[in-house]
Parts: sequence; structure tokens; C-alpha cells
Amino acid sequence: MRLPPFQSLVDAHAAELHRFLVASIGPTDAEDCLQETLLSAMRAYPRLRDASNLRAWLYTIAQHKATDALRRRGRRRAESLDRTNRDGQTRPEPAVAAHEMADEGLWTAVRGLPPKQRAAVVHRFVFDLAYAEIGARIGCSEEAARQNVAAGLKRLRREVNE
Amino acid sequence: MSDLDLERRLADAGARTPALDAQRLAGRLQRAATDAGLLDVAYASLDSPLGELLVAVTPRGLVRIAYPGEGEERVLEELAGQVSPRVLRAPERTDAVRRELDDYFAGRLRSFDLPLDWSLVHGFAVGILRATARVPFGSVATYGEVAAEAGSPRGARAAGNALHVNPIPIVVPCHRIVPATGGLGGYGGGQERKRFLLSLEGASPA
Repeated sequence: MRLPPFQSLVDAHAAELHRFLVASIGPTDAEDCLQETLLSAMRAYPRLRDASNLRAWLYTIAQHKATDALRRRGRRRAESLDRTNRDGQTRPEPAVAAHEMADEGLWTAVRGLPPKQRAAVVHRFVFDLAYAEIGARIGCSEEAARQNVAAGLKRLRREVNE
Repeated sequence: MSDLDLERRLADAGARTPALDAQRLAGRLQRAATDAGLLDVAYASLDSPLGELLVAVTPRGLVRIAYPGEGEERVLEELAGQVSPRVLRAPERTDAVRRELDDYFAGRLRSFDLPLDWSLVHGFAVGILRATARVPFGSVATYGEVAAEAGSPRGARAAGNALHVNPIPIVVPCHRIVPATGGLGGYGGGQERKRFLLSLEGASPA
């Protein structure tokens, strides 16, 4: 099978994957996560059997890396809470960069969505894509993309209104 | 909050995502891929008196030098198909080649000391190009002579064909091979470049 040179994937998709990751896990960790995504992709690339949708393949990897990063962050937070309880001191949260997106509360809620819903919501509202295109990118049907966006919105509405 | 409000807030915040620093990412990715042993083909373009050359190296050595006319996209696809699809733009990895080519074009270097990767050369052409690599700076040999060196005394024409598709011109000096009947003979990069290289070396075709 003919695979295009990996550099052409980076050129075509890195900027967009970065936006996806910024929306998924925040600007502080997005670049690290993007690098991990591309490195994982590069490792698996020569063995890839289906090159018909390389973009969806990259998004699947990015989505897994984002979920891993959020899980790690959750663990770190829990550990730091443990420490706080033990020695009575608080450890400061990492400083939020000045360019951190506004509406942090909303984005925290987005990051708490199940992975499929999170990816669908980000593609719908950050990239302004139609459902068919969202489905193609995250590897599901148009209808499933619509359902994921609707379910994600429903959950977000509940959380931001609380 | 209404649906519309929520959607607008999502879109507003999405539009303000900070941009990717593509150059920093490229540098980090290049180093991380090298450390992980994943950078199978590193390439960069470099300026030369013969135009912008595309240079590609593998962990084994220099695998490709392409003249501008060959088309970057086509050359990279050939590398992806025949060597490995793990191809990245990685100028740091081509520094040694860049230095030697700069010195050669400035007249400071007569003989390249670069490991070569022959992955793109097959069959009959292997012997021809290895024989060509032994023709020294400033001299020329005929197509028949390199064919004989490669063990095919009647293979002058086939030698010409093999040299025409030399994947590592300049460093594997196919410009030093000329017809026994006189004149310059053909050159993959065009006769003008062949003439330039021979005069740079002070060689004159028979």
C-alpha cells in the first residue's frame, strides 16, 4: 500500500489537531499532547493497513492521548489533595496562561465529557463542521455524530447551570 | 441558559484558541522522533549554485539528492514508497551533507566523506554507480569504462541509463562520465549542470 510521506500529514493536520487538543485539554498541555500524538502515529504508521482516512486515524490517536492526559491530571490532583490532607499545606495549581481561553468553567465541563461527546462537541463548535464531516473525522456515522453532540450539549447545559 | 447561548459561548471560546507554534513543534518532533529511532528518512532543502537541492538521509547515510526539476512532492513520495513512509523535514539531520556540499561548491573539498545509503539503487545500477563513485575529482571516465569496471564491458548504453537515474548526483559523480566519442553526453540534471560541475573541478571532457 502507498502511504504518503509522514511530513505531509503533519503539514496538513497539525494546526487543526492542536486546536482540537487545546479545546480538549487546555492550552498548557496541548502542545505536549500533540507531540505525543504525532510520535505515536509515526510509530504505527508503516504498519497502517487502511490509508483511506488518515485524518480520522490521527484524531482517534489524539482523542486517546487527550483522555490519557485528563486522567493523569485527575490523578495528580487527587495526589495533591492527599498531600494537602497529610501536611496541611496546599500546592498551588499550575498558573493559567494569560491567553488561556475565556469561559474556563465551560471548558472544564467540556473536558469532563466522555471522549466521543467531547470530540463531537469540539468539532461542531470549535471547527464549525457539519455532522457528516464530524462523523468522517472521528470515525462514526453522521447520525452518531449528531447524537454525540446533542448528548454532550445536554450534559454541558446541566453542568453549567448548576 | 438557552441552547443558543451555550452554543455561542462554545464557538466564541473556540475561536480564541492560541495558534500552534509550528516551528517549535517541528523542532521538538524531529528530536523526539530521532531519540525514539523513528526518523527513517530526514530531509531538507539547501541552496547551491545549481539551484535548491533536496537532500535526504537515513540512519545509514545519504540516500538522495534531487535537483529542483524533479519536484519535491514526487521525490518524497518515492522515498516514502521505497525506503520508509516515516519521512520528516529535519534540517539538523542533514547538517553533515550540507557542510560537505557547501565546501565542495566553494572549491574547498575534493572528495566527499559521507556514508551512503544505496537503498534506491537496484540490480545492474549498483555496480555502475559504485564504479562511478571511484572516479576521482577532476578526471573523467567513459560509459564503457565504468561498465567494464562493473564487469559488463559491453554495457556502455545500460551504464548510461543507470547513471541517468542516479539518486545521489554530485556526491556519486555521474557528471564525470562522458561518451567515448567525445562531447559532454547526457545528464539527469541537464547538460548545463554537468558542464558547471566539470568546470568547477577543472576537468574537461575528452
